[in-house]
Amino acid sequence: MLEIKNLHAKIAEDGTEIIRGLDLTVKAGEVAAIMGPNGSGKSTLSYILAGRDDYEITEGDILYDGKSILGMDPAERAAAGLFLAFQYPVEIPGVATLEFLKTALNAQRRARGQDELKIPEILRRVKEAASSLEMDMAMLKRPLNVGFSGGEKKRAEILQMKLLEPKMCVLDETDSGLDIDALKVVSEGVNALRSPDRAFLVITHYQRLLEHIVPDSVHVLYRGRVIKTGGKELALHLEEHGYADVIDEAA
Amino acid sequence: MTQHTKPPQTPAEEALVRSYGDVVGRLHGTPEITRNRDDAIEMIKASGLPTRRNEYWHYTDLRTRLRSFAGVAARPDRNVAVEAVNPREKLVDATRLPMFNGHYFTDLADNLPVGLDVQAFSDNADGGCDVSAWVPDLKNEDFIGTLNAAFFRDGLKIRLEENAVLERPVRITNMMVGETPAFSAVRHLVSIGKCAKATFIQRNAAPLQSANQTNAVTRLDIGEGAEVLWFVVHEGGKDAVDLSQIRVSLATDAKLTLYIMNAGGKLVRQEVIVDVAGEGADFQLRGVNLLAGDSHTDITMVVDHRVPDTTSTQIIRNVVLDRAQGVFQGQIRVYREAQKTDAKMACNTLLLSDEGGFSAKPELEIFADDVQCGHGATVTEIDSGYLFYLMSRGIPELEARGLLVKAFVAEIIEELDDDAFVEALENKLDNWFAENG
Repeated sequence: MLEIKNLHAKIAEDGTEIIRGLDLTVKAGEVAAIMGPNGSGKSTLSYILAGRDDYEITEGDILYDGKSILGMDPAERAAAGLFLAFQYPVEIPGVATLEFLKTALNAQRRARGQDELKIPEILRRVKEAASSLEMDMAMLKRPLNVGFSGGEKKRAEILQMKLLEPKMCVLDETDSGLDIDALKVVSEGVNALRSPDRAFLVITHYQRLLEHIVPDSVHVLYRGRVIKTGGKELALHLEEHGYADVIDEAA
Repeated sequence: MTQHTKPPQTPAEEALVRSYGDVVGRLHGTPEITRNRDDAIEMIKASGLPTRRNEYWHYTDLRTRLRSFAGVAARPDRNVAVEAVNPREKLVDATRLPMFNGHYFTDLADNLPVGLDVQAFSDNADGGCDVSAWVPDLKNEDFIGTLNAAFFRDGLKIRLEENAVLERPVRITNMMVGETPAFSAVRHLVSIGKCAKATFIQRNAAPLQSANQTNAVTRLDIGEGAEVLWFVVHEGGKDAVDLSQIRVSLATDAKLTLYIMNAGGKLVRQEVIVDVAGEGADFQLRGVNLLAGDSHTDITMVVDHRVPDTTSTQIIRNVVLDRAQGVFQGQIRVYREAQKTDAKMACNTLLLSDEGGFSAKPELEIFADDVQCGHGATVTEIDSGYLFYLMSRGIPELEARGLLVKAFVAEIIEELDDDAFVEALENKLDNWFAENG
């Protein structure tokens, strides 16, 4: 479903190279975890996948369903089924959450040639998704993410993912800022979406999240490259021993 | 002392004096009112239109900006007035007090609710209605007041009884009708009794393409403990000129929330002069400037905090497109006696064009030592982080930009806890973006 080939990318503004020859393949139905020390390029990778223009691709390609997405803007990628759950969802004052959900949902449907949904149907879907994530509907009357706690923001990201039903979900440190109960609710939300035709790329620092969202593969990212790939036991090994021996082994 | 040679009269100045000569015999009023009119026009003749050398008009040089002066509008036939229903007229359901070309049509007004009394100057021109009793200080700064003193044709004296609470808003409109662009001046005197509560909407309406020129001076006295929500909406045509003023006085514990929405016109200046004269009084100003084309729009405000324990907050949000220019001059004066004053002012501009501009001039003059006063002005572009977030959810770039621009001003509209007003103002935003975005 997702194929990253020898990707090199730098920060457009100052030319700093962050991604240096990254290769990664995620198949339909797979949950792939990406782990790695601070500064290894994990968040950058998530932004590049979503199409943020702060980064410049200098080499390599990203194929989604066999086609390169490098020429697509973030909205086109989203309409094609790519979703990024942000590590730090932005607060946008003045944009009502429900209005935003309606606009996003219908923009994607339009782009795919589907009929737009009417407000009652959207409300029904939002209510259903919110209740499964134990979210209060009153929260959704507020401006987008404004005044939401860290945990509420993460829930709101998963709520959007449920509503938009993407095929390729990228979760950037969804566990950061969550307490144990919230982590459980959010993980259950993600697990409920697991299906043979949907793939996940879960970026995290900690094994903790992977106890709830059990990955099929674990990839260690270091200095902009995947230096080791393994099964879920690799995450346990990292939790116990840290990154040092994996890094030494690769060097 | 330096002697300045008087510059030659501009075509607009000549036309203004000529218009006055044409119409003075037909303007209502007692001999005293007529004398005031003559004094005002003499003042204008002597000083000319205010220029940038006049501090108060520094950013809106009227001498260069006001290119022409239209003839004074005639009272339209009743049937013309009845038919002149502007589709943009309706804001919310309200008690309508309609004026056409600056003339009040008593028989076209809605029935008045209990507690509200309205008299038209034109029906009591022999002095029975003292809407004219107040004469502005004739000085070059107060060009808008002086222009009004010379030309005002009609106006309303509105009184709300003590303790009266009006369910429906009161809408005062001045609609310009007719083929030729024309000028009209109106003047209102509004007094709100103790502990009364009401909402007013004041707007000029005209066909979109017209080049009408309008002037309204409103004096609003708010009694003890009374609460007023007052809207001023300018939606003039592409070449329209509006020079207006609202002068407010707030008694003890009185509260005014003034919303100004500018979304049209070629040259617009709205002056807001507020005397926070009673302890515990609160003044809130919210301004939305939607600026496009070659327009020039100015909100100039002076707030005097005269007594202890008063509050005021001003928030102005501007969206600037094309070659539009905007101005906000905000002056807060805190008198020596006015301890514990809490006054805040913010002016935020979203600049969406390299050729547009906005000038913000905040001024604080504080003579008391125990006060909290602050001001801030920002000019920003669309936040790239916001834009990326919206687009990452599948919202195409143009639509996402539209949402963010709307959000920038919607934030202060949503403060209103009246759903009907929020919806009506947001519709206006949508219309404006549809026409200009």
